[in-house]
Formats: sequence, structure tokens, C-alpha cells
Amino acid sequence: MSKSDAIPQFKGKSDSPGDVGITNMSALTSGPGIKSAREVLAIILVAVIVVGGMELLLGFFEVPQYVLPKPSEIIVALVSDFPLIAPHLGHTLVELLGGFAIGATVGLILAAVITQFPFAEKIVTPYILLLVTTPMLALVPLLILRFGFGYEPRIIAVALASGPMVMINAATGFRRVDQGKIALARSYGASTLQIFWKIRAPMALPMIFVGLMVGSIFGLLTAVGAEMVGGGFGLGNRLTSYSSMILMPQFFAVVMILSMLGILIYVFFFLLGKKYASWEA
Amino acid sequence: MLAGQSKKPKLEVLNATKVYNTRSGDLLAIDRCSLEIMEGEIVSIVGPSGCGKTTLLWSMSGLHGLSAGEVLLDGAPVSGPNADISMVFQDANLLPWRNLAANINFPFEIKGVKPDRIWIDELLNRVGLEGFGGRFPGELSGGMQQRAALVRALSFKPSVLLMDEPFGALDSFTREEMNRLVEEIWLDTKTTIVLITHSIEEAIFLSDRVVVMSPRPGRVASIHPVPFARPRSMEIMATKEVFDLTNAIKQEIVGTQVSRYPNPAASQDQPTPVNG
Repeated sequence: MSKSDAIPQFKGKSDSPGDVGITNMSALTSGPGIKSAREVLAIILVAVIVVGGMELLLGFFEVPQYVLPKPSEIIVALVSDFPLIAPHLGHTLVELLGGFAIGATVGLILAAVITQFPFAEKIVTPYILLLVTTPMLALVPLLILRFGFGYEPRIIAVALASGPMVMINAATGFRRVDQGKIALARSYGASTLQIFWKIRAPMALPMIFVGLMVGSIFGLLTAVGAEMVGGGFGLGNRLTSYSSMILMPQFFAVVMILSMLGILIYVFFFLLGKKYASWEA
Repeated sequence: MLAGQSKKPKLEVLNATKVYNTRSGDLLAIDRCSLEIMEGEIVSIVGPSGCGKTTLLWSMSGLHGLSAGEVLLDGAPVSGPNADISMVFQDANLLPWRNLAANINFPFEIKGVKPDRIWIDELLNRVGLEGFGGRFPGELSGGMQQRAALVRALSFKPSVLLMDEPFGALDSFTREEMNRLVEEIWLDTKTTIVLITHSIEEAIFLSDRVVVMSPRPGRVASIHPVPFARPRSMEIMATKEVFDLTNAIKQEIVGTQVSRYPNPAASQDQPTPVNG
């Protein structure tokens, strides 16, 4: 008979998601919904005014192309040079997906395991914080020395940048223990494994999505940064190469591709969160 | 006299004692509590906050062990969660990421058995939740959530239902409605029910006996039989006998001198106390 139980928190409510983690789930699930044709019209109108205004202003003040190209020139470059840029986009995607897959997998497993052992968690947390706060780009020159100019140093850098982000957010999710819900499962005779899969994991899911989103964006930053440091391919390499040749329309075309990639990642996790974690909003 | 009560004890609590280890030392939550609950009986446990009611109930459910003493279900010791015992928790405790149907399915998923659809549909009908299977808990009112929790608790036909302040968070009208619902279901199923409540009215409306616990360390201070016929109508609940019993129990809990010994007959000789 156990004499050492802690006083259980019978009224245990889960921690509020608003004050934990790098960011907050509401960023994923409460995006502004577009409601009417009028709103759509207003959004398009503003976009036309902004882009058209830039075009006119740059023309009016005769800003040279090497300082800031006109939106029309960027679009032309994007379309005409896309066949040249596309392989580099492919390389960047390989690095991003490969590194992120490794980093996220390790991060998720570590988070799930470490949160089961509070003492181990206390010991490991400072190192994870170190990994989160140190820009992994700083390691790229070293990685290149060791692994050469191929995919490897970049994939490792992406994994190192995204993994800790995924881990720290997922751990926050796994730590949100609701004693009431665990007691509920236990009252039906649930095993530790069942409690993990049926209670802890679904409760952590919203924070896991946040971690995956932040992690993948960090991964993208690191992939592009690593490509700028060395090696002859990838979108980051294109940026340095185009700017050194003062091909500014092409340079901005690559920037646009990167922005769209970032937005795609955000939208992907936004929809995923909406589908599987909207109960929390 | 006591409807539905047979001679056989269903649950026996023998000298239950529970000590919690806290930073500021050991805390004696319940001290040598003994209680016998008959088959088909409804027993309420009332007492001041922090008197160990919940600890006692959780020990009965096997959710946590005792420091000393034991709990017997049908004569056999309860050492862990038991398929015959079902808990209803303070808040409805539905899983917010599952819709109602999946929530009610949850016990069967854990136990790995097939749910009895006919029985569940009957229960859903009875509590007025038919057709709500696709809704998520966040879309339902507190009363509807608690009704769903009741269906979930009864879905696998437990022989004992333990309720931990189940309706405390509901408004008083919803609460009365839930009480009538519990009585109605009990009249059908004769499930043994142990109920913790802060509402003496609720305790008297539902119970065959009301157990009053003393402040910490929790002991069984007194046991009041509730001899009113069922179903308990509003007329019965408005009689002087009910009023007197309510006041006697209230006096015992909130009175400056908390009785440490069973004294169920005290109210008969005293003038009716002012309702506090």
C-alpha cells in the first residue's frame, strides 16, 4: 500500500495553452477567416495598390534596377529564369525535408521520453535550450570542413536547427498532464502505453503542431543560410551568386520563391492544426 | 423501507487510512474510516471541504491505494481499477478532442471489448442526447456534458457507480434535473451508487443513507438514514421531515461544535435550527 503518493490534484485542469511554448496554438487555429466577397475585393485592391504603387514610384524616381528592381521585372525574371532556378529549389527542398524529417523525429521521440522522467528532463533541458538558442548556421563552416560541399552538412544543420524547436514545444505539450483525464483512463484499467497514446499524445498534439511549424521554418532559414556559406547549389547559393552578378530581378525572384515556400509551410500546418487540434481553440 | 436495498454488502471499507507525504510533513487525510454499502443502495458522503471525501472515494475505486485498511468489493479486496466500478468525475471530464460518440466509446477502446450499442442508445435516449454523437464536448452545455459523462460511466454496465461531486459545477436547475435523471436510471438499473456532494439537498434527494464526515483527518462522524419513498417528488422534498433532516446535517457540518461521534437522533429533540 503506497504511503508515498503525492496529494493528487483532483481538480486538475490542463495548463492553459496561452502562456507556454515558443508560440501559441491560437496562431495556428484562429487565422483570420475571409467572410465575404467585399473582403476579398478589398484585399485584392490593397495588393494592387501596393504592388502598382511600387511599380509607379520606382519608375517615377528612376531607381536603378541594381538597387531595387520593379515588381514587373521581378515577375518577368521569375518566369523566364524559373527553369534555371527550379533544380536549386529541388536541392533546397531535399535538404529541408531530409533534415526536418530527422530533426523532427528525434525531437518528438526525445520529448515523449524525457517528459516521462522529470529528473532526466531537468538535466537535459539546459542543453536543449543551448541548441535552441545557438544559431546552427555558426556550425556550418565546421560541418563543411568535415563533410564537404554536398548535402550532408546542410541536412545536419537543418536537423540541428529544427529538432530542438520541435522537441521543446512537444515537451511543453507532453508536460500538460491533466490528472483528471489520466485518472479517467486508469479507472477503465488503461496501461501506461494506452494512457500515452490515448491521453498524453492527443493532449500534446496542438503544441506538437506548433513545434513542427516553428521547426520547419527554422529549418528553411538554416538550409538557405548553409547554402550561402558554401557549396555550388541550392536557393541560398543562387542568392549569393545573383547578387554578386548584380542580377537583381533574379535575386528577388528567388526571394519570392523562398517567401512562398515559407507561406506554404505555414498554411500546411495551419490546416493540419485546424483539422486535428481545433478542439483547443 | 429502504427501496432497493438487499442484505448483501456490495462495498466494504474497513479502517481505511490514507497518509499523504507532503513537503511540510505527513498529512493524515482519512483516519480509520469504516463504511458498508449494500447492494443497490445509494449512499452520499458529505462533509466540510478537505475532509478526505474524495480520497475515500478514490480508494474505493482502486485509483489509489490506502496506507492502512482495505476496501472489499463483493468480499474481494480492491487493489486497482476494477471493471465493475465506474467513476463519474467532478467536471464531466470528457476528452475534448473526441466527439461524443468517441468519448462514450473510450472505455471500450481501453478495455478492448465491443460496446453494447443497444444499451448505449437506450442510455443516450434516456438522457436526451440521441443524435448528438458527432458533437464535440466544447459545443455542449455543462449539463449535456455531464449527461454524456453519465452515459459513458454506465455504458459498460458497472455494478458500482462512484460519483465525485458530479454536479457541483452545474446551475441549480440543471442540477435538480440531473438528480432526477440519476434517480430514474437507478430505479431501472439498481446500480449501487456512492456519491460525494456539497449539497445536502442533493444528498437527501438521492440517498438511502447520508454519511457525514468530520474535518481532517476524515472520519465517519455519523450516518443518517433517509427513509423517504421513491421516486421522491417535490412534495416529499418540501415536507418538514426533509427540512429537519437537512438542517440536522447542515448543523453537524457547519456548526461550531462538529460532532465527532455518531449522533443521528440529535435533531429530533432539538428545536428546529435557523436555516443557515
